[in-house]
Amino acid sequence: MINRLKQRIPELLISLPTMAWLTALFVIPTAIIIIIAFKTGDPYGGIGKEWTLENFPELLNPVYRAIIVRTVVLSILTTVICLMLGVPAGYCLARSEKRTRDMLLLLIIVPFWINFLIRIFAWKVVLHPEGFVKNFLLLIGIADENTLLLYRPGTVLLVMVYTYIPFAVLPIYAAAERFDFSLLDAAQDLGAGWFSSFTRVFLPGIRQGIVTAILVVFIPALGSYVIPDIVGGPGGEMIGNKIAQKTFIDRNLPQASVLSSMLIFAVMAPMMLSLFMRRKKNHERGMMIG
Amino acid sequence: MDDFLVFDGISKSFGNLKVLENVSLSIEKGSIFSILGPSGCGKTTLLRICAGFETPDTGRVILNGKDITLDRPNKRRVNTVFQNYSLFPHMSVRENIAFGLQMSGFEKKRITSEVDKYLELIQMSDQADKKTTKLSGGQMQRVAIARALINKPQILLLDEPLAALDLKLRQRMLVELDWIHDEVGITFLYVTHDQGEAMSISDYIAIMNRGKIEQHGTPAQVYEAPTNSFVAAFIGDTNFFETEITAIEGSYCRLNITDFDDNIIVYNDKNFHMKSRVYLSIRPEKFVISFDEPEHHNKLNRVRGTVEEIIYMGTHTTYWVRVGDYRIQVRQSHDRFLLDQRIIERGNDVFISWHADNCYILDRYDEKDESLLTLPDDDLTVPPENVLSEEK
Repeated sequence: MINRLKQRIPELLISLPTMAWLTALFVIPTAIIIIIAFKTGDPYGGIGKEWTLENFPELLNPVYRAIIVRTVVLSILTTVICLMLGVPAGYCLARSEKRTRDMLLLLIIVPFWINFLIRIFAWKVVLHPEGFVKNFLLLIGIADENTLLLYRPGTVLLVMVYTYIPFAVLPIYAAAERFDFSLLDAAQDLGAGWFSSFTRVFLPGIRQGIVTAILVVFIPALGSYVIPDIVGGPGGEMIGNKIAQKTFIDRNLPQASVLSSMLIFAVMAPMMLSLFMRRKKNHERGMMIG
Repeated sequence: MDDFLVFDGISKSFGNLKVLENVSLSIEKGSIFSILGPSGCGKTTLLRICAGFETPDTGRVILNGKDITLDRPNKRRVNTVFQNYSLFPHMSVRENIAFGLQMSGFEKKRITSEVDKYLELIQMSDQADKKTTKLSGGQMQRVAIARALINKPQILLLDEPLAALDLKLRQRMLVELDWIHDEVGITFLYVTHDQGEAMSISDYIAIMNRGKIEQHGTPAQVYEAPTNSFVAAFIGDTNFFETEITAIEGSYCRLNITDFDDNIIVYNDKNFHMKSRVYLSIRPEKFVISFDEPEHHNKLNRVRGTVEEIIYMGTHTTYWVRVGDYRIQVRQSHDRFLLDQRIIERGNDVFISWHADNCYILDRYDEKDESLLTLPDDDLTVPPENVLSEEK
């Protein structure tokens, strides 16, 4: 036992800076938020001395239910759409020639050079009631004068997909690049059509990339705040907006903390699950070798 | 000969590169047919055209009387054993083998019993639930074969199936492949660059070079009667001499080789004319090497030379004999080895002789053919001579 501990000392030393970083910037702030959730507020927007559970029943308020449902539905839809676009994109990237591929990758990265806020505001211009998209839709008769393109849940979804799609494409592309495409030949040789060779062989082959894509899209999507704030309007509000409202407008930190804690657990749950599954799999593998 | 699989005038180019030029072949049902050639000769492309992964620019592929040239790979009753096996890494051995049947929509019970049968055939029933990534090379090979065969293809394509295995395993798998072929009776189309593999397993061999079929026939035909110098050099070892026909004597002709005292007599099966520039090819094992001058005989060729190098191999010995500018490879088998006979040693003067029917003359192949002339010679010359000089 002591020997094993000794063996792990170098390992621990190496991970020490990371641990310190995570503790200072992640564990402690999270703990503070969770602690505040159990505190009473004071009339000046600060935190009282007493402990309480009074903050939690507030979650049952019907106002929140609609927002929570909307947040989850929008995040799931964002993730699904990002995957549906990201998988074919990753496939095409991995199969294209190196020069085209580098060009396409650059095109995916380029928007990151522009500030995130500016890009969101750009959507406001694009979807403006007097904007060219609206005019075009009017011209071909899909929209009428009163159709609103901005300030609705659909707009939030559109901009979220736009924002998160590179985060879906890149891990999927990374996995697809390592995929052995001769396996698709093999599948077709064995009688699989295009669709079944894609679903039975390609998708399982890039499984790891898809899992990563889900995590890096779904989790930030749940916590979205800027996007619904700018293009959402009252009908597109998400949980992030409520937290901001509780913090900055209502000055009710305990209430904001309750919402934040809930979000943190909602985010941690899928991550923990994925981590657990992976560990279980590794464990099984270890057993096999042993 | 019933033509089960026919390639009819297949041509294929990738960009400016002509990979196949008017290739026509017909393959008999139930046989093992090998396509043998150096890398880049187009043999894999021909195989991929047969599997449906490539479409020929011109020509047709006819399988069992049906034109399949434009059929999709999944619509052909053709299955492939890929060079790197291409087993699905996320599936177990059983799932890999079952894949083809699942795609054809067989019911579960039927699939299970079929897969069990094929697991038995490849003797891997106890490994059925292993992930394929955990298998050894030979096992992966067997799974790949079972996965293809279970679909009962009309023709099984094997793309360098043994290239990734080490020598011992390769020989064992070759025997196993032959056994499986006898067991299932499916036509095999076998692509390889290894002439030993092709010779030992095939009923017929086609030799390809630069997108063309140079010759096809039984292994013995291509070995004993190559139609040109490429085939002669590619199949087995041989000695080449560039020469000219100086006399025609019935079905035989005489050649003059500068460093040889006598004219050489050789069977002229291809009816070359007087003064034709030709290659004379003599396989190393066709020579007889001796201290004593062989008895004169009007169909026997004799040359005097000096032994430069000897490699004793147990079953046979290879001698390198210097005759003027030529270094001739001679292989003597030891089926009559006598312990008290005088051993031929390095530096000895010897006679080498061969019968006029045991060599053949070939047309010049083309300009690049020059490299073939040095084939048995130059690469091997350098190291032994270095050894010699060190001894001095």
